[in-house]
Amino acid sequence: MAKILSTRQLTPITKLFVVDAPLVAEAARPGQFVILRVREGGERIPVTIADYDRAARTIAIVVQEVGVTTRLVNRLGAGDDILDVVGPLGTPVEIPAGGHVVGVGGGFGAAALLCLMRELTARGDRTTSLLGARTKELLILVDELRAVSTNVELCTDDGSAGHHGLVTGRLAELIAGQGPGRPDHVIAIGPEVMMRAVAEATRPERIHTLVSMDPLMIDGTGMCGGCRVIVGGESKFACVDGPCFDAHQVDFTVAMRRGKAYAAEEKLAAERLAAAGGR
Amino acid sequence: MPVKRADKTPMPVRLPEERAHDFGEVNEGYALERAMFEAERCLRCQDPVCVEGCPVRIPISDFIHEVAAGDLVAAARILRTANPLPAICGRVCPQETQCEERCVMGGRFRPVAIGHLERFVADQERARGISTTAERTHSEKVAVIGAGPAGLVCAGELARMGYGVTVYEGLHAPGGVLRYGIPEFRLPKAILDHEIAVLQAMGVEIVCDVIVGRTLPLDRLFEMGYAAVFVGTGAGLPQFLGIPGEDLNGVMSANEFLTRVNLMKGYTFPEADTPVKIGKRVAVVGAGNTAMDAVRTALRLGAEEATIVYRRSDKEMTARVEEHEHAIQEGVVFDWLTSPIEVVGDETGWVTGLRCQKMRLGEPDASGRARPVPIPGSEHVIPVDTVIVAIGTSPNPLLVRTTKGLQTDRHGCLVANEATGLTSKPLVFAGGDAVTGTATVILAAGAGKRAAHAIAEALSPAA
Repeated sequence: MAKILSTRQLTPITKLFVVDAPLVAEAARPGQFVILRVREGGERIPVTIADYDRAARTIAIVVQEVGVTTRLVNRLGAGDDILDVVGPLGTPVEIPAGGHVVGVGGGFGAAALLCLMRELTARGDRTTSLLGARTKELLILVDELRAVSTNVELCTDDGSAGHHGLVTGRLAELIAGQGPGRPDHVIAIGPEVMMRAVAEATRPERIHTLVSMDPLMIDGTGMCGGCRVIVGGESKFACVDGPCFDAHQVDFTVAMRRGKAYAAEEKLAAERLAAAGGR
Repeated sequence: MPVKRADKTPMPVRLPEERAHDFGEVNEGYALERAMFEAERCLRCQDPVCVEGCPVRIPISDFIHEVAAGDLVAAARILRTANPLPAICGRVCPQETQCEERCVMGGRFRPVAIGHLERFVADQERARGISTTAERTHSEKVAVIGAGPAGLVCAGELARMGYGVTVYEGLHAPGGVLRYGIPEFRLPKAILDHEIAVLQAMGVEIVCDVIVGRTLPLDRLFEMGYAAVFVGTGAGLPQFLGIPGEDLNGVMSANEFLTRVNLMKGYTFPEADTPVKIGKRVAVVGAGNTAMDAVRTALRLGAEEATIVYRRSDKEMTARVEEHEHAIQEGVVFDWLTSPIEVVGDETGWVTGLRCQKMRLGEPDASGRARPVPIPGSEHVIPVDTVIVAIGTSPNPLLVRTTKGLQTDRHGCLVANEATGLTSKPLVFAGGDAVTGTATVILAAGAGKRAAHAIAEALSPAA
C-alpha cells in the first residue's frame, strides 16, 4: 500500500502522481520501473519511475490511460492509496559519461527522461531533451525537463509548438550538426513505432542508441517470461535484463506483435469498465 | 491394536467429468470414520522407518495413533510441532516416494495412507479455528526472504522457538509457488490463507511487495537489526526450449500461464482484470507436477484437447502418481517419446502447431534416466493454438546479482551447507529450490526447518 501525496493532470488522459514510497525512492535509479496494482483481482502493470526524491522519500510516476488499470489509477487522487507498489525493478540505464546525450521522449514517454536527464546533466554530460507530441497540449513536463537538461527541443505533428514534424526529423537534423549538434548517445522512450524510427535514424550513423521497452508483464521479477523481447536474436526478459536495450538489436516487429496478444481481451475489459460507469 | 487390511482406504474423489470443468478441489478428503478406519492399519512399528522418509520428520505413527483413538486435537498438536504446513503437505507431497515408500505395510500390502491422514487431521484442526500460539522468548529477530514453502516453514519454526521473524515477499500475496503455481483444484487458496494466518498468529510478520536485492539490499537487513537471514527465494526463472518460433503469440511458460490463472485469478476474467486464453487445443511440454497442473488447468479453462508432450516415457516423468492418474481420468492426452523441434505459426504470428519428432530411449544419461534419441523420419506437426513450456525453472539470479559474498554453483543455485543451510556469507542461510533447483514443497519445507534450527543454534548456542 502506498499513499498518493499529490497529483497533477498533464493532459486529458495523462496524470502525474507523487507517491509516498520510502524504500523505492531510496533504491531507485533512472530507467527502472515499479509494478502497481489498484484493486483486489486487479492486474499488475509496469510503470516507469519518472522521478524520485530520496529526502522526501517519494517517487513520481506518470500514467496515461490505455487500458482498464491505467484508467482506474487515474481516478485516484491525493490521499488515496495505491493497493500495491513494488520496485524499483529492472536494470538501471548505463550511459558512458562525458558525451552529448539526446533523450527522445514521445508523448508521455517524456516523463521517464526526468530523473535520467537530471542525473546525466549533474555529472557533467551535455543533455538534450527532444520531446514530441501530436499537438502542443500533449507535450508534458517541458518546464521540468528544461530545468534538468542542457537543451530542450520540441516537435509537434501539427506545428503548434517547436519544430513542425516528427522527433525523428529533428533528430536527423541534430545528427547532421544542427541545433545542439550530433549526439554521442541517444535514448528513446515512447511508442514502439517512434522508438523503431529512432533506431533506424541512428543506425546508419552507428550512434549508440537505447530504447526503453514496455512489453506486457505480470510479476516483473523474471518469473513468468511474458515480457520476452528479442534482442540480437536472443530472448531477453525486459523486466530483469531491461527494460532498456540496444535499439539496433531489438526486434520491433516481434515486440509489436506480442504487445497485441491480448488486444481482444483488453477491448472487452475496457467496454465492461465503461458499462460500469467508468470512462 | 492394528488391523491388517491389505488396501488403503480410498480417498473420495469428485467425478472426472464433473471436476474437469471447474476449479473446485478434486480430492474431497476423509470423513472421521474413514480416517479412523485407515489409521487402524498403522502397525505402530518400534522403529518407524516412515519418519526417515519425511523431510520434516513428522512423528507419523504417533499422530496416526491419536487418529485411531479419535483424539484429533492431540493428533493436530503432534503434526504442528513437526510441520507448520500440514494441510498443504497432506495435499501436495509425493508421499509415494517418501514416507509411504518406507511404510512396512507396503512390503506385502499397500502402505498406510499417511498423506490422506495428515490432510484429514489438518482439515479438522482448521475447522476448529486457530489455536496455535507461540511465545517470544528470544530478543533476536530473523529476516526471511521469500514467503514460499521454505521461507514459511523456516519462519514458523523460528516463531515456535521464540524468535521474532519478518518474512519479505516480492509478490503482492504470500505463498510463493503455493500461491502462483499450484492450482485451486489441488490446493485451495483458502487453505493456504489459513496456514499463513496460523503463522501470523504465532507472531510471524509478513511484508509483501518488497524484493530483497531491489527494494532493499540484503545487507540492509542486518543494519535494520535482523540477527540472521534465511533466503528462500525459490527457483522462479522459467526455462524455455530454445527452438524456433518460441516468440510466437500463444507460447508461454507454465509459470506465466499458472500465474495468470492462480495468482491473478485469470480464470474469472473479466471479473478479475488479468486475461488468460488458451484456444481449443493446448500442448504442454514437460511431464513434472507443473506440467500436470498446467495441462489440467487448460482443460478447466475450456480446452477441447490438452496434450502432454514429453521426450521421454511415463517411467521417467517426475509428476506425482496421483496427478498423473487424475490427468488420465480427466482426459489429458499423453504424447510420450515426443520432442518438440519448432513452434509453427501463421502469418499473423499466432501459434498453429508444434512440430515434433518421435524419440526412442537409449543409454542412461547423467541424471540416470534413459537418454531419448530421435527417430529419423518421424517428424510431424501437432495442431495446437497454445504451447505451454513446463520443462523446469532455475533460481532467480536477482538476489545473487545484487548481493556480495553469496556463492552459487554453475546452475545458479546457492551454495549452502546441506545440514544447516549456511551459505558462503556469515549468518545468511538458504534452503529450498534456491539451493536445489526445482524440487518439491516438502523438500523445501525440510530445508527451511533444518535452517531454522541452525539459525537458533547460531544465535543462542545451547550451553
